[in-house]
Amino acid sequence: MTSETSSDHAPAAATRISAPSGQMALSILTRLRSLAALAIIVAIFSSLNPIYLTWDNMVIMTQHVSVTAVLAAGMTFVILTAGIDLSVGSIAALSGVVAGYVVLYGLPLGGTPVYLPTLVVILIGILCGTLVGAINGFVVAFLRIPAFITTLGMLYVARGAALLTTGGGSFIGLSGDPALGNTGFDYVGTARWFGLPVQIYVMALVGIVAAFVASRTVFGRHVYAVGGNERAAMSAGIPVRMVKVLVYAISGGCAGVAGILLASQLAAADPTAATNYELGAIAAVVLGGTSLFGGQGSVGGSIVGAFVIGFLNDGLVLTNVSEFWQMVATGLVIVIAVGVDEAQRLGGARLRARQRLRAASASTPGK
Amino acid sequence: MTGTASDPVVQTVAADPRGTAAAAIEAVDVTKAYGGILALDRVSFRAEPGKVTVLLGENGAGKSTLMRVLAGETAPDSGHLLREGRQMRLRSSRDARREGIALIHQELSLFPALTVAQNIFAGMEKHRFGVTNERRHGEIAADVLSRLDGRISPYRPVGELAVGQRQLVEIAKALAHDARVVIMDEPTSALSNAEVDALFKIIRELTARGVAIIYISHRMDEIFRIADQLVVMRDGRKVAEAPSTAVNMDWINENMLGSRQRAAMQELVTSRRSSAGGRDEILHVRNVSLANPDTQRLLLSDVTFALRKGEILGVYGLLGAGKTELAETVAGLRSDTTGDVLLAGTPLAATPAARIAGGIAFVPEDRRHQAIIPTASVRDNITLSCLRRMATFGVVSAQRERARVKGMIEDLSIRLASAGQSIMGLSGGNQQKAIVARALLTEPRVLVLDEPTRGIDVGAKAEMFRLMRKLADRGLAILFASSELPEILAVADRILVLSRGRVRGVFEGPDLMERNILDASADDLRD
Repeated sequence: MTSETSSDHAPAAATRISAPSGQMALSILTRLRSLAALAIIVAIFSSLNPIYLTWDNMVIMTQHVSVTAVLAAGMTFVILTAGIDLSVGSIAALSGVVAGYVVLYGLPLGGTPVYLPTLVVILIGILCGTLVGAINGFVVAFLRIPAFITTLGMLYVARGAALLTTGGGSFIGLSGDPALGNTGFDYVGTARWFGLPVQIYVMALVGIVAAFVASRTVFGRHVYAVGGNERAAMSAGIPVRMVKVLVYAISGGCAGVAGILLASQLAAADPTAATNYELGAIAAVVLGGTSLFGGQGSVGGSIVGAFVIGFLNDGLVLTNVSEFWQMVATGLVIVIAVGVDEAQRLGGARLRARQRLRAASASTPGK
Repeated sequence: MTGTASDPVVQTVAADPRGTAAAAIEAVDVTKAYGGILALDRVSFRAEPGKVTVLLGENGAGKSTLMRVLAGETAPDSGHLLREGRQMRLRSSRDARREGIALIHQELSLFPALTVAQNIFAGMEKHRFGVTNERRHGEIAADVLSRLDGRISPYRPVGELAVGQRQLVEIAKALAHDARVVIMDEPTSALSNAEVDALFKIIRELTARGVAIIYISHRMDEIFRIADQLVVMRDGRKVAEAPSTAVNMDWINENMLGSRQRAAMQELVTSRRSSAGGRDEILHVRNVSLANPDTQRLLLSDVTFALRKGEILGVYGLLGAGKTELAETVAGLRSDTTGDVLLAGTPLAATPAARIAGGIAFVPEDRRHQAIIPTASVRDNITLSCLRRMATFGVVSAQRERARVKGMIEDLSIRLASAGQSIMGLSGGNQQKAIVARALLTEPRVLVLDEPTRGIDVGAKAEMFRLMRKLADRGLAILFASSELPEILAVADRILVLSRGRVRGVFEGPDLMERNILDASADDLRD
């Protein structure tokens, strides 16, 4: 597995060194890198188990990927600014629980609870995630508390808030009541359009919108600039702090969507849902070629990264590898994939340094 | 970085004091090249024990490189070093410390979280089996500190000390290791006047004990107070040397600038129009003051001036005079200034976004840290400040962006393979042009350039000056801050001189002479 990965990357390394020009080429290459890893995973597991490459299995695996992919899409914006969001799993749980509460008990407006249509309930859940994310962003941008600390704090606060909302248990039976006009909360998680689960459409929509925002809008370009060089972005007139608030709000909003997907699947809101999902999302973003130092990467890469992790896990399940070995394998793939990338970059830099050195020693015979 | 080998005849004024005694440290025919550029070209340099040798020269003259060679941080390509007449080889700064040589950097290299004593022994710990002897460290540190400033406890974290006290810790570090050669690179740039006085007293005590001091400074006022011997460098060469009692200000200026450099600039001077632009004043800076939050020293003090349409107003001053602070204030990067900045009579909020929207564009001094987005393409760097103008409902029009970038690349003749390539692949001069393009795309009425020629080669400099003139001719008002006097004399229509945060005069027409400017910039001496 390991040897396949690295040998496959060798030609890519050569290409990168011979074509030093540009971020464009680099981003395509890094995206190809994770696509190549995905292809290898599919090839290996389909040879080990014929069920792997069937249509039905692909659909199921893609459905499994969707939650991580949605989280990763939002996380990409944060990491592009050289930040990190450790709170997305907790925010997802909180958003699901808030939506579940509104389905069960309505909004207590003016003493009597008002029951809202499902679409509004879903929007409330997503809005809740967005607001919590915006709080993260405010603390990071205006109070200047490091993102790692801020979102680590929020990881606990949001999880605690979710548990407080349910009193520790789960909200179950969220199918709604026809008499109250709020049925259909489980639709998103269970229905299919043209044979595909609605969740997959949600993932595609979030991914496409996020990719468009990152690559084509003024805001997206500002995100890349802030991550590339914050002081320069400031000098260039970019509202750096506003950009930061927005990226955490987007990440929180995506966590809200993920929380709705999870609650909708089971028609139940579990305050302990999505525990540790932030790690999967960060892994997907990094696998997808986004630099933790900010300024480089793409939403598309992150989505592919989510597929790599999801398809690997499900493949290991299908080949009856124990759950414990699955964790080991996931960890190794993350480190090896990023390690290969770094080695290529370092190799290129060393090569250039050697060339410079040779040129310099040729011109100064004294040395 | 101009000359070949035509004018560096080392002139030695008065009787050469170098007797038979061995110099504390001596460099013989030291050469060091970076890339194709000779930072040091067969430099011979010596410092006597018990004397302060001041090293002078413009930015890029090679002073810092020579310092690093003497302190073992940089290995010379050729030439050798002598310590008290004995040849030595320094492979690292550790070697230099063992030889009794200490370099105190301009940016102090202390660990803020460690105590004073721990800092003094960082890297040179006294230990037994890897366990450091903290008590011994404390004793030695306390002893050394008592000689400098009894108020600094060896057990305080360095982070709690004032800047001047940190400087003393650096000196204590040198003394604790019994340094006999102490090299100081602009030690006073962050110090208050009282701290400077204290430092000079300590320097005198050190020389009285036979320590050789090598001192770099840009402040003319200090030089005559402290120097025994003056050494002037230019373009990687030592061009003059004299005891400080034998020479004056004119001698320094004469040697620092050099005739060739001045001749090269003369051509541009003649292109300057005596009555630049109209009389229309576009930018007003009124009573601007700014204090350093740490030392409370005034970085800018009641600065007032006006900038006219179509003129290049040079802002000249030595290091620490307040040029960058003034440029950043105009650009909206200093929110803690008092006073007003008005564009065409209208006050603008003190944020870069508000200033850019109002029509003030800024090219910062530190290109790498303050201007360039290293991860982005040339195109993305160029359009960074004007994305909104090319967007519909927040979506950037690729077509409009391409057109503008193409126009700018042609207009400023930026040399590149493609607009999509990484900006890091460009030369310094072309990177700078891309940043100027970014500023120009905001359609400014005022362009603020802070040291726009730093780190670019001579050809690119001349091109930058021609560009500035072209823009001014189109009616743009340019504020040009620089510490390179020949450059500012060459392109500026008027020159505002700053010294220690104060305006010391605005020169134009027949008054616009090197002599006046230098006198004004060293005004503190006579305060």
